[in-house]
Amino acid sequence: MISRRDLFHSLLGISAASMIGCGPRVIPLQGELLGPDIGLGHRLRDRLSLVPAHADWQEIPVIIVGGGIAGLSAGWRLQQAGFHDFVLLELEDQFGGTSRSGITGSFQYPWAAHYITTPMPENMPLIQLLQEMGVVEDISADGVPVVAEHYLCREPEERIFCDGVWNEGLYPGHGASRDDLQQKSEFDASMSTWAQKRDAQGRRFFSLPIATGSDDSEAIALDNESMLSWMNRQGWTSPRLFWYVEYGCRDDYGLPLDRTSAWAGILYFAARMRTASKDSQDVITWPSGNGHIVQHLTSRLSDQLRSGQLVCQIVPPHNQDEPFGTTVVAYDKQRQQPIGFRADRVIFALPQFLAPHVIQDFSARTGRSTADFQYSSWLVANVHLRGRPQENGFPLCWDNILYGSKSLGYVVSTHQSGNDYGPSVFTWYYPFTDISSMQSREKLLKLGWADWADLVLADLSLAHPDIRSLVTRVDIMRWGHAMIQPYPGFVWGPARKAAAIPDGTIHFANTDLSGIALLEEAFYHGVRAADEVLLARAS
Amino acid sequence: MINRAPLSLLYLNVLAIATCGLIYELLAGTLASYVLGDSVTQFSFVIGVYLSAMGVGAWLSQYILSNLARYFIEIELALALIGGVSAPVLFLAFPWIDWFRPLLFGMVFSIGVLVGLELPLLMRILKEYLDFGDLVSRVLTFDYIGALLASLLFPILFVPYLGLVRTSLLFGMLNALVAWWSTYLLRPLLSSRGLERLRWRAIVVTLLLGVGFFKADQLTTLAEENALGGKIIFTTHSPYQRIAITQKRLGFQLFLNGHLQFNSVDEYRYHEALVHPAMLGNEPPRHVLIMGGGDGLAVRECLKYSSLESLSLVDLDPAMTQLSKKFEPLNRLNHGAFSDPRVKVINEDAFIWIGKPGPQYDAVIIDFPDPGSYSVGKLYTTRFFRLLQKRLKPAALVSVQCTSPLVAPKSYWCIVRTLEATGFHVRPYHAPVPSFGIWGFALASMSEFDSTPLPFDRVQGELRFLTNDVLKGLFELPADLQPMDSEINRLDNQALVHYYDSEWNRSD
Ligand SMILES: Cc1cc2nc3c(=O)[nH]c(=O)nc-3n(C[C@H](O)[C@H](O)[C@H](O)COP(=O)(O)OP(=O)(O)OC[C@H]3O[C@@H](n4cnc5c(N)ncnc54)[C@H](O)[C@@H]3O)c2cc1C
Repeated sequence: MISRRDLFHSLLGISAASMIGCGPRVIPLQGELLGPDIGLGHRLRDRLSLVPAHADWQEIPVIIVGGGIAGLSAGWRLQQAGFHDFVLLELEDQFGGTSRSGITGSFQYPWAAHYITTPMPENMPLIQLLQEMGVVEDISADGVPVVAEHYLCREPEERIFCDGVWNEGLYPGHGASRDDLQQKSEFDASMSTWAQKRDAQGRRFFSLPIATGSDDSEAIALDNESMLSWMNRQGWTSPRLFWYVEYGCRDDYGLPLDRTSAWAGILYFAARMRTASKDSQDVITWPSGNGHIVQHLTSRLSDQLRSGQLVCQIVPPHNQDEPFGTTVVAYDKQRQQPIGFRADRVIFALPQFLAPHVIQDFSARTGRSTADFQYSSWLVANVHLRGRPQENGFPLCWDNILYGSKSLGYVVSTHQSGNDYGPSVFTWYYPFTDISSMQSREKLLKLGWADWADLVLADLSLAHPDIRSLVTRVDIMRWGHAMIQPYPGFVWGPARKAAAIPDGTIHFANTDLSGIALLEEAFYHGVRAADEVLLARAS
Repeated sequence: MINRAPLSLLYLNVLAIATCGLIYELLAGTLASYVLGDSVTQFSFVIGVYLSAMGVGAWLSQYILSNLARYFIEIELALALIGGVSAPVLFLAFPWIDWFRPLLFGMVFSIGVLVGLELPLLMRILKEYLDFGDLVSRVLTFDYIGALLASLLFPILFVPYLGLVRTSLLFGMLNALVAWWSTYLLRPLLSSRGLERLRWRAIVVTLLLGVGFFKADQLTTLAEENALGGKIIFTTHSPYQRIAITQKRLGFQLFLNGHLQFNSVDEYRYHEALVHPAMLGNEPPRHVLIMGGGDGLAVRECLKYSSLESLSLVDLDPAMTQLSKKFEPLNRLNHGAFSDPRVKVINEDAFIWIGKPGPQYDAVIIDFPDPGSYSVGKLYTTRFFRLLQKRLKPAALVSVQCTSPLVAPKSYWCIVRTLEATGFHVRPYHAPVPSFGIWGFALASMSEFDSTPLPFDRVQGELRFLTNDVLKGLFELPADLQPMDSEINRLDNQALVHYYDSEWNRSD
């Protein structure tokens, strides 16, 4: 077994390990270790044994497989186009995938995705969804959406804990040298320049969804090197700047600088700057994070939604024009029986790596390999508190970052509701950016709830020495294969481009088809796949 | 068996216990007059209860027939504990309980009984060694010296330098130490059974009180007292804020997180100016909402209208609204506002409360603290004001306290402009309040309105500051309070907090 100190050292970094001596292992009273249903995963492997009874077959023109943002958005689009003859099958009891949220009493909190940025005028479909939700109240004359005040992240938005005090902002400016600050402003200027760049067709170099941006060779060339090497080439040396940029890469991609494509690294900053004068598009968030969008979409679709359905097999038709020729077999968790669907079209809204496991003869027939699709694993903890912890410096924000820790800090779920006192739930994020340095992935998987809870609290006690006395519950979610990795060469490489092309009657929709994991991308692919299906049915 | 030297030490015991006894009595009397007001009454009651309890103790002493030394030490320990914690317990308990007087007099009575037991027992212990005349004269001499010491040092030394809480704990410790060294002094009279235990108990009591003594900083710090510029007669740390009440020669003052909320000497100017413009401008108001204002002073002004049928007061902190009811001087200042059956107190963050559905009001008084933090700044945002509008009858008037337009003009006009940005018609006005300086307010309504108020005959009860002419004058802005532009305060920019921070820091 790994010692506690070694574990902390490798998972949290130096600063956390150094304080373990004074922190006893105090485990909160309650909590759970959550994660995908492993038993069901095995059923996916043994899918051949599942044959639905004759009475358990249904004919449904369109089946959506997977109820994350991509699948739900596809359903939303179909319904918007007046098409209601579809069913969405989701494995978990809850919809939303990596955008799902939890609720305990009156507290709502995210389980992974927790914000979006205000869409640019280019992203009309998303603006439309947000309008329908009442999040966008108006659209100005130049097409810029006006977001309702209470959905914009409330001030104070973010702070960073550095040298024993909290300071406002994401950049660890406290104690920074003149040179550090100089390099930071050079970096900001450079990002602003990229944000202003337009290609010959007038498209932004960096835009969300990325499909609305440019494929100009100057932009794409950035994808061939790592963010680290690109920054080195700019002559930057400030450790604080590297930390700041790496924070962004870990936050959005779960990757360290040397494994993030420079194109993706710049996208993180430049795609969110609309004009030179404004630093970044405003953050939109809810107590339940992006679970709020999931709630809206599921309430719109309720009739078509089926949860607890593990889709095990999709068999394409011999002849594409054969009505109801595509079969989908799912395992109904509640009835503990397989059920079957015959459909004209299927929207596969699962991550790509599942395609060969679920779609019959996928690799042989399409000649595609999913090996290039690499994913980051994450740990997310929801820490329930009976009161607010003691702290030093700038007051509690929505996003709270610990400089030097390998965690990403925590988001305060009660912030957006204007609730500033008493009990709260802090959502703590941890990307496994360098699992290789851990003894092994298996060992990590063997860690139990108590080990993880200990780790989470050790990290939080760096900034809040009294946090252990306030914790009532720690729930932990292990996300494996949760976030597609934009490592150098992937986003603009051949595998990603090929993956979005329909396989006969099977259409693909998932955020990983963009090479980056964002709501904007999942939504884009959901809408795109729905449009493909609508078009195919029309012809 | 007790030789000569320890005998004189025993007189020191008399001195110590006499001092302690009187100190406890003085503490109780002082504390009661702080929190209940009316010092003559409180002091007489405390002294009366204390003296009669001493008589009870002396009478009870006859039933103690053997083991005198042992009983004496036990009594010292009990006294150390009860006397030592008396002031902190009373301080902490009084805003929370309805039976403060029974608690106070119960404590005074127990202390009196124990003190009444002490001397008779000690005299009976000593009578073996002295003739009766000597005994009485010496013991009484030291008793009176102790009393003299206590009554001189208490006001000169202990109250100003230690405060009531620490004085109480200190003398508890002294009592416990007397118990401890008596186990040595009176050793020949004590059986060895349980002696070690007794000593340990004495040590534990001393240590406990000692810990309390050093932790008492969390109750009142002298530094804070200096900062607030008056003697602190009450403080508490609620989960929301630090509440402190100080006393000066004239009147008392309430501080929240170190910021003055009112001075009893001139608060009527502030509260009359805050409340009456909103209450007078329209039809006689029947349903009124106050947000903030947990001191009940704005409630007092609203209760001067016989048209009032219901008044809801939303204040974050139950400790504050409780205090306004239980702290007698404040309860008297607000005319027992919280005992009026029409008044309903809601302890909730107004930002959360206003977002829920509920009835509409004829008039709203907004008396939040100054926007010095984000958690208060949210209460002055466009979001908050828009939610407020859903709770207003069409012609309702809203008055808002808006910090000082002279010290913090940007902040002041930011509040006015933010109200306007949400569709309110706004009339800025101001009033001089000596403890605060020139103070700023805003009167707002969703309907067009005239700021010339109706005559005052609607007001029942005395107004000390406002007259019709004065009120009209408050809406005249002098040259140094002229309007200016400002950013609009929104949840996602909290512009007001930034203005406020820079303006008040500059003025400090
Ligand atoms: C820790 C973390 C934080 C994130 N934070 C943000 C953020 O703040 N903002 C943001 O925009 N994005 C964030 N993301 C990215 C987020 O993943 C995307 O925004 C989006 O939710 C992806 O949706 P999706 O539908 O493409 O995929 P998924 O969410 O993965 O959806 C796939 C769905 O398919 C289901 N499924 C899987 N197998 C089967 C099967 N065999 N049968 C049936 N159903 C199946 C799954 O249960 C799941 O519901 C975050 C991701 C993670 C992991």
